[in-house]
Parts: sequence; C-alpha cells; structure tokens
Amino acid sequence: MSSDSIDIINAFALLTNFVILPALSYGSQLALGALAVTLVYSVLRFSNFAQGDSMAFGTMIVILLTGFMINQGWTISGIPTALLVIPVAIIGTAIYLLSMDRLVYKFYRRVKAKSITIVMASIGVMFVTGGLVRFILGPRPQIFADGERFIFSVREFKAFTGLEQGIALKTSQFLTVTIAILLVAFVFYFLQKTKTGKAMRAYSDNKELALLSGIDPDKVVTVTWLLVASLTTIAGALYGLDKGFTPQQYHLLLLPIFASVIVGGIGSPLGAIAGAFLIAFSEVLLTYAYKKFLIYLLPLSMHPTSLVQLIGTEYKYAISFMILVIVLLIRPTGIFKGKVLVDE
Amino acid sequence: MSNFDNIWQSHKTTISFTIMALLLLFVGFNQSWALVLGIFNLCLISAIMALGVNIQWGYAGLFNVGIMGFAALGGVSVILISQQPVAEAIEVGGFKMLFALLLGAITIVTGVLLNRKGYNKWLIALVVIIGYLATRYYFSNAADLIEKVNPAKTGYLGGLGMHVMFSWIVGGLAAAGAAWSIGKITLGLRADYLAIATLGIAEITLYVIKNEDWFVRGVKNVAGLSRPVPYEVNLQNSVWFQDMVSWFHSSSLELLPLADQTAQLSQYVRASSVIFVKLCYSGLFITILVVMIVLANLALDSPWGRKVRAIRDNEVAASAMGKDITRQHLQIFVIGSAIVGVAGALLVTYNGIFIPTSYQPLRFTFLIWVMVIVGGSGNNLGSVIGAFIIWFLWIQSGPMGLWFVEMIGNFTEEGNIITEFLEDRVHFLRYILMGSVLLTVMRFTPGGILPEKNKEL
Repeated sequence: MSSDSIDIINAFALLTNFVILPALSYGSQLALGALAVTLVYSVLRFSNFAQGDSMAFGTMIVILLTGFMINQGWTISGIPTALLVIPVAIIGTAIYLLSMDRLVYKFYRRVKAKSITIVMASIGVMFVTGGLVRFILGPRPQIFADGERFIFSVREFKAFTGLEQGIALKTSQFLTVTIAILLVAFVFYFLQKTKTGKAMRAYSDNKELALLSGIDPDKVVTVTWLLVASLTTIAGALYGLDKGFTPQQYHLLLLPIFASVIVGGIGSPLGAIAGAFLIAFSEVLLTYAYKKFLIYLLPLSMHPTSLVQLIGTEYKYAISFMILVIVLLIRPTGIFKGKVLVDE
Repeated sequence: MSNFDNIWQSHKTTISFTIMALLLLFVGFNQSWALVLGIFNLCLISAIMALGVNIQWGYAGLFNVGIMGFAALGGVSVILISQQPVAEAIEVGGFKMLFALLLGAITIVTGVLLNRKGYNKWLIALVVIIGYLATRYYFSNAADLIEKVNPAKTGYLGGLGMHVMFSWIVGGLAAAGAAWSIGKITLGLRADYLAIATLGIAEITLYVIKNEDWFVRGVKNVAGLSRPVPYEVNLQNSVWFQDMVSWFHSSSLELLPLADQTAQLSQYVRASSVIFVKLCYSGLFITILVVMIVLANLALDSPWGRKVRAIRDNEVAASAMGKDITRQHLQIFVIGSAIVGVAGALLVTYNGIFIPTSYQPLRFTFLIWVMVIVGGSGNNLGSVIGAFIIWFLWIQSGPMGLWFVEMIGNFTEEGNIITEFLEDRVHFLRYILMGSVLLTVMRFTPGGILPEKNKEL
C-alpha cells in the first residue's frame, strides 16, 4: 500500500475497475431486459413477470448449444463460443415465446381481459418456464464463458501505464456494452424508421385507431415477441457470460428490471435504459467497500479502518426496491413521464 | 347427463368436500393415519392462507405476489414471542441494538416530518444519510456482540418467552404492518405496482431473515419452538392417556395373552400419542379457520361487503358515489395480509422449527395462488376446497413422480443415464405441473370449482 500522499489517479483507476466497468456492463444487461419488458408492456399491455425466467430460458439454449459446439470443436479462438450460438438461441426463444403467446396470452387479448389478469397468467408462464429450465439444466450454477477472458488484464494495464492500481477490461464487459449499444440502436431505428416499427408505435398509442387504419394486429404482436426474444436472449447470455448462470439468480433479476422500468417511466424505452443504468450504478456504488479508495484520497491520519461499505452486498436486491419505493413516493410516473411508445 | 349436472350445480360444495374427505380417508386406510393427519393439518393452514389471499383478490382484485414474505413475518413472530430470552446476549448487546433501532426510527421519522414541512430536499437527504450512517455504526457493533454469544446454540436475542398462541396474533399484526406500509405507497397507483412491490418486499424480508443472524439466527434455523399442545413423551407417561388408549384398543388387547399385552399397549400408546398431538393441532386450526370463514362471510354479507363488491365491480361508479377506493383497498389488503401472517405463524408453530431457507416463492406464493384460483376466487369456501385439493396433489405428486420414474427404471438397465437424470430432476416438474394447472383453470374455468355466487348488490 502506498504512502500517505494523496493519489487521485490511482483512486480513479480503482473506481473504474471495481465500480464503473462492472456497473456499465450490469446496466447494459438490465437495460436490454428492461427494454423487453417495456415493449411487452407498451404493445401487449401487461407487466411481464416471466421476463427473468424467459432470460433464463434463452440462456439455457445458449448454454446447451455452447456445450455442443465445444464438444464438436467448432470454436473460434479468442471469441466466446456463446456469441456464435446466440442467433440460433434467439430463434429457439422466439419459438417458445410465440407459442406461449398463442397458448396463453392470445385468449386474454381476445376477451379484452383486465391487465392484472394477464399479469397473473404471466406468472403462470413464469413458473412453467422456470420449471423447464430447472428440469433441463438443473438448479446448479453453470459457467459457459470460454475464449479470451480479458481484452487487457490488470498486469498488462500496470505495465502499460506504470500505475499502482490496475484496470482490467473483461471480454464479457466489452462485449456487453458494445452489443447493448448496437442492439438498442437497432431497436430505436426499427421503432422510428421502419414501417413495422411505426405500426407498433401506432398500435401501442391507440389500438382501435391503429386497427381502423389497417394495421395487422397479429403481425404487430409477432414482431414484438421477436424483438423481445432477441433482447431477452442476448441480455441473458451477456449476463451469464459476465456473472455465471443459476436459474434463481435470473428469476430474481425481475426485481431490478422492473425497478428500472418504473424508475424510468413505465412504457418509455428511453426511460427503461436510463432507469437500468441508475439502478445498476446505485447497486454497485452502494455495495462497494470504499476503504481502499479513501486510503488513496485521504492523508494517513484519516485512513479508515472499517470497510466503509454503505450496504452489505447481500442486500443488493433491496437497493433496487428502495429506489423503486422512493420513486413511487416522489414521482410515480418515473423520470421520463412515459406511458406509450411514442416520443414525447 | 343433465341430471348429474343439476345435482352438481345445486350441491357443489357438499359434493366436493365429501370427495376430498373420502380421498383423505382412503390415504388414511392405505398409508397411515399420522400421515393423513399431517396432510390434513397443512391443508388447514394452507386454507387459512388462501382465505387471506382470497379476501385480497376475490373481494378487491388486489394482486399480492408476496405471500411468502407475509407468511415469513408470521413465522418470525413465533420466535420473537415464544422463545426464551437469551439473557447473556441481551446484557451484551441488547441495549446497544435497541439504541441503534431507535436511532434508525428517529431518522426515518425526522425525514418524513421534514419532508412534510417542505424543507429543502438536499437538507433532508443529508439528515437521512447522517442518521443512516450513525445507525449502521451502532447496529453492526451491537449485531457483532450479540452474534458472538454462544453462536452454536443461540447467537441471537431470543424472544419474550410468552405463550406461543399470543404470537399468532402478533404474527397477524406484523404482516398487517408490513402490508400497510406497502399499500400506503403503491395503492392508488397502477394495479401492477402493488404486485411488483409485494414481490420485492417478500424477497427482501427473506434476505433480512437469512442474513441478520442476531435477529432470528439466520440460516442456522431456530429449533425446539414451544407448543400449544402436549408433547408426545409427556402423553406417553401420563396415566389418563394410557387408560384411554387401552380402552380404545381393549377389544384387540383382550385377544392377546397377558404377557404380550403390556408390550402391545406401549406400542399402541406410542403410535396414538403422535396421532393425538396432531388431532389437537387439527382442533385448533379448524377452530381458527371456521371463525375466520364465519367472520369473512358475515362481513361479505354486510353493508361493508356490498361496498367492497361495488368497488371491485365498477371502480368508477363507486368512486362517483363517494366511496374512497384507495382507503378501501388499503383496508382489505391489510386484513388479507394479516390473515396470511397468522397462517404463517401457525405453520411455524406446527413445524416446531423455523427454517428460513424453506421459504420458496413456489411453495408459499404460487401454490397459494393456485389454491385460490382453482377453488374459486371470491368464494371463501372455494379457497378452502382449493387449498385441500392442491395441497393433497402437491404432497402426493412427489411420491407419484418417483413411482413413475421407478416404473421407467424397471424397463431400463441399472445406471441408465435417462433414469438417473429423471430421478435427479423430477421434482422440478412440479413447477411445470402447477403452472399448467393455474393457466388451464384461468383459461377454461375462470370461476374455479366453486365460483362466487352472484349476489345482488
């Protein structure tokens, strides 16, 4: 550990390594999940409680295919095999979600059921999906990341910059952020510029009017589920590459995802993304132990002896809930006052 | 055919309860009476839980996805009320903990008051943060001290050492308090906010219970909880019980030679003591369930019940007639959650052990939901029959699944991969089974087995 001098650069490097990079990638994963919930909410008009378990389902396909590919030796060195199989996994997830739509949700759309009834149906789907995943993969943790673990490691970074505190960029973090940006850009482009995207927004804005102007509701619903399947699978796979996979962990992701959606303003895609990063950063910032960081910044006499951790790591799910409660108390409409898919 | 239909329509309640009773009797004659009483008692507790949820969903359309949390709060109350206090731990850290909790409470109250007075938001945030840090400092200090006291056996503050039945009421109150705070925040907003908030609070309650060892020992469990009914050993040694058993079995005992009679009698006494204890529990639970159902049905037939149904069926109209919907919803949410809390306390009392890891959403939230929907939402007796049927299926589906796997195993050779895989995973099929039951009932018979009777408003 260094002397009693104040060392801002190393403190910042420390924060980047342990807070900013993890929070950025976690935020991106949440954002994709939150975007999927928003799409379902806007077009199909219910809060999809099955989102977390659908992510587990998509990731399950990725895990199975990755295992198969590695067994066959069909890998490209340096690239996680999971990345290669994502397109196939998306198709699998899409088929699953679409058949759930036909079997379950379609009926409630037809009879114009209350949204809360569909929410309950989605909980049924949640348990069926969770059961399938646990039945096929088992409840134990799975690790399916292969290829290069780091873009650059702590050692390489230290050698390059000469700093005492290193920064490592994990491949999974880099991939997460890059893919998330590309995917979000694609979704926004799709909603804003393409004919189908515009139809979706119109349908979300005013269903009756959209039907009158000749928009095919079945097509809108199908396209929505296709988008949701892509977001869900990719979010799940990236989260799994980053943090490993257990069905229970994915199930619990529902809480931060919902918090993101509500904090951002339910129904607003931009809000969902903003909310996701807010939740991710709060979670990481509040559970990070600031001891080392303060040692860099404070003179020797003021060095802390405890961990200086605001909230224990075990309560990270409580953080998203607390943020949710505060937002509901102060501004129930969320940051972006969203209700529909159309821009303000 | 239509004849059968008519009989079913007019005597649904009687028929379904009779069939359920026959099923239980069938298990009793074929397997064992202790087993069937165990199932029966858990059916009763589930029925009370389902009743609480039915009041929320059937009376007011409130969607509570955090049943597990309210049940766990009830369970915690049993420990906090009925366990003996740990004198040493209280001496070491009791007052410090009290001080820390008081500090926390003062922080929250100050924050709320300042907010009401309209002070600067940053000032309020500063006050809350400082209060939080101070609370956390004293809190972790006290928690450490308490957890160090004989961690293998206690390591927590213990309870108040009161009678366990008192904890049932407290369990209800604790759940009601939690429900009130959630309801206050989310009711009046969108309907699914309540669902999300209850889901969150349930998970967090469980995290707190599992992680705060000083509170109820965390995942180390609390065993040997006190009972409202006699212990088996005491029964076996008491004369009146031995007399009763020998009278009950007198005909079969007389056939035996005198030498064998004592041995046979003590065997009977041992078996009967288990059954007797379970019967005592059944009596208690039935009393509570019946009282609750009678009260709930009386309430539903009263002017209050008419108001509740009017609000549920048409919020806008009821609101136009001057009914305060949010207030009404809050009231119902609190009442329903309190009943769930009581049931949670009953369950822990019955088990005699508090195991935080046993609280799974599938078992505590979802299963209860299936009971309510299958039984018939809005109908209190429906929840009871739903609870009986679903709990019975739930318990029997385990052995049935294993039996099925064994059947397959008979046709394959030893160590077959598929069979081993199935044996390992077969219990996850319950998730799929129960999910499918819920979805099917919702889709095809939304009213459930005993649909709500149409009452005139």
